[in-house]
Amino acid sequence: MSKKIAVSSEGPTLSDAVDPRFGRAAGFVIVDDAGTTQYLDNGGSQAMAHGAGIEAARRIAEAGATVLLSGVVGPKAASALAAAGVAVVEGMESLTVGEAVAQYRAGQDA
Amino acid sequence: MLVAIASGKGGTGKTTVAAALAAVWGQALLRPLTVVDLDVEEPNLHLFLRPVIRRAETACLEIPVVADPAACSDCGACRELCQFGAITVMAGKPLVFPEMCHGCGGCLAVCPTGSLTAGSRELGRIEEGTTGLADYLAGRLRIGESQSPPLIRAVLRRLAAVADPEGDVILDAPPGVSCPAMTSVAAADVIVLVAEPTPFGIHDFLLAVEAFTPLGKPMAVVVNRSSDGTPQLLDLCREHGLPVLAAIADDRAVAETYARGGLLPDVGAHYRAVCHELARSITVFAGETAHA
Amino acid sequence: MREIVILSGKGGAGKTSVTAAFAALAQNAVLCDLDVDAPDLHILLEPAGTIREAFVAGHLASVRPEACDGCGECARRCRYGAVAQTPEGHYAVNTGHCEGCKVCVALCPRQAIDFTPRTCGFSAVSDTRFGPLVHARLDPGAENSGRLVALLRSKAKALAKARGLDFIISDGAPGIACPVVSSLSGATLAVLVTEPTPSGTHDLTRVAKLCDHFRLPSAVIINKADLNAHEAARIEDFCADTGRPIIGRLPYSPDVVRAMTARRTLPEYGGPLAEALAELWQSVAALAAAPVRPQPQRQPL
Repeated sequence: MSKKIAVSSEGPTLSDAVDPRFGRAAGFVIVDDAGTTQYLDNGGSQAMAHGAGIEAARRIAEAGATVLLSGVVGPKAASALAAAGVAVVEGMESLTVGEAVAQYRAGQDA
Repeated sequence: MLVAIASGKGGTGKTTVAAALAAVWGQALLRPLTVVDLDVEEPNLHLFLRPVIRRAETACLEIPVVADPAACSDCGACRELCQFGAITVMAGKPLVFPEMCHGCGGCLAVCPTGSLTAGSRELGRIEEGTTGLADYLAGRLRIGESQSPPLIRAVLRRLAAVADPEGDVILDAPPGVSCPAMTSVAAADVIVLVAEPTPFGIHDFLLAVEAFTPLGKPMAVVVNRSSDGTPQLLDLCREHGLPVLAAIADDRAVAETYARGGLLPDVGAHYRAVCHELARSITVFAGETAHA
Repeated sequence: MREIVILSGKGGAGKTSVTAAFAALAQNAVLCDLDVDAPDLHILLEPAGTIREAFVAGHLASVRPEACDGCGECARRCRYGAVAQTPEGHYAVNTGHCEGCKVCVALCPRQAIDFTPRTCGFSAVSDTRFGPLVHARLDPGAENSGRLVALLRSKAKALAKARGLDFIISDGAPGIACPVVSSLSGATLAVLVTEPTPSGTHDLTRVAKLCDHFRLPSAVIINKADLNAHEAARIEDFCADTGRPIIGRLPYSPDVVRAMTARRTLPEYGGPLAEALAELWQSVAALAAAPVRPQPQRQPL
């Protein structure tokens, strides 16, 4: 089965910067093994009073992602992601989406 | 008669006034009193009244717990209803975030399966006892608990169950004008606002007047740390039709007594008389407005 | 960027006077009033050029009387006592008690209840003589104070980033619930202002435990330090036992009210408190800038 990686992102492409936020990230780029990308806009989170991280976790899990690359993930979002079986890698905020995915894959191969 | 001692600004002397009234009420009015600490985030009355606690209970909020994850049909009704982000469905199972829950019971009502059941979250403690001169009741919010109104409501329910119907009640309300303060003040028959004649104090006093006036309850003022700003505060009271029942001087002796955990009537004969007079004028004010 | 939050647990301990003093001393800070319930910082900072924005958060339920058949399901379901029958026989929501939970809306058999977004107050950005001020006001009794605090903090961070300012100095709310919890997570340092009174000591220990719970380093200022030597010693013991630095002691002084009445911060007003606060700010800035800060252990509460 193809493995999908979700990355919190400031825009829809691989050259956009990783958004350091998770729940209130601008959006999520989802990359599969073939390198095909899909973009989930997360603009709606700005209007949410509560639980933006939990809702974001649900959406990326629903999109089939099993890994999340982001900056910082809050504790509630982290438990939601854990419940959905999505692995979390934090501290990717200084990279582009493409670089973050490459770095993650290099770590997996090593 | 339920009297709420409130203030727009914290630290204006709300607890000082509530504790002073608790100390003189019985002597001044020959009526039984229950004194209630509703400032559940930072309850301080006990530090001055030193009550003997006879009964303490844990107060809880009803929240959902996942009883049977396998029963979940993944319909998402709970998640769609919850306005507080306290429940979601992940990988076909409900996931509850207990600390986010406001205890509305909606998810339990809409769940079509038996996946969820009622559980509880500790809000804090309710303590009951006596100060020797008055009955004592207080709430104490658990540290880390972010919602205080549910505990305030629980204390008020307990008060309704235990208070002497022939007696009076003094409520030490939380400071400010947000939900905890409004929840407390809304329970009272009469509001006594403690105000300090400083720029911060006057600003926050006006916020409180604006917030509490729509409740339509009789409201009066006690000026604390009376100083150069007092004439301005008195003008504002007149403008809003609020009687001033007492003025307590800005006196280092009062601050030092408070710092030792002492009560206002203990500062001296003058202050004892001020407290007795205040207790009487509150009942007179409440009586007048009740018959007006 | 360093975010310093001034807290006290107990109101009236001097939190806002200390915050305003730091605002005057810092030179390179975004100032932020997180006491959204009873904001006072603007009184000393005299904001100008204010840009306001409505703060809309959560919803309110309201029954359409013509659609209500008076079955009372809403009142039975409401856990907040916010729904009651009117003399006309239908039901109505008391907005002062409505929690915005939507239960009555979802369970009304006649779909007779509307659910509309709620304006809870406003947020604002202003200029002051010490730099930009992010502030707000929550409507009396309005919900969502924690959400408003989070909004102000994100505005302050964006401003600090855009203007290249090193510090965010925030006046926190009293107490230990919603708005305070919301002001702590991810901040750099909490400065806890207390006074040597039984309430001061008691409330300090509660807010300090809350900081520890959120793993936020905290340091203590004892205001009115000469009021009671015994209580001051208790505060010192508590700080020593919990590894919390006491960064300064300020004397009980009428200058605090005099400066406030003159609408001046203490450094502008001058005198012994001004000198003490200048030293204090140096300590706070140094603590906030320290590359390795002591991380309190998360303790079971």
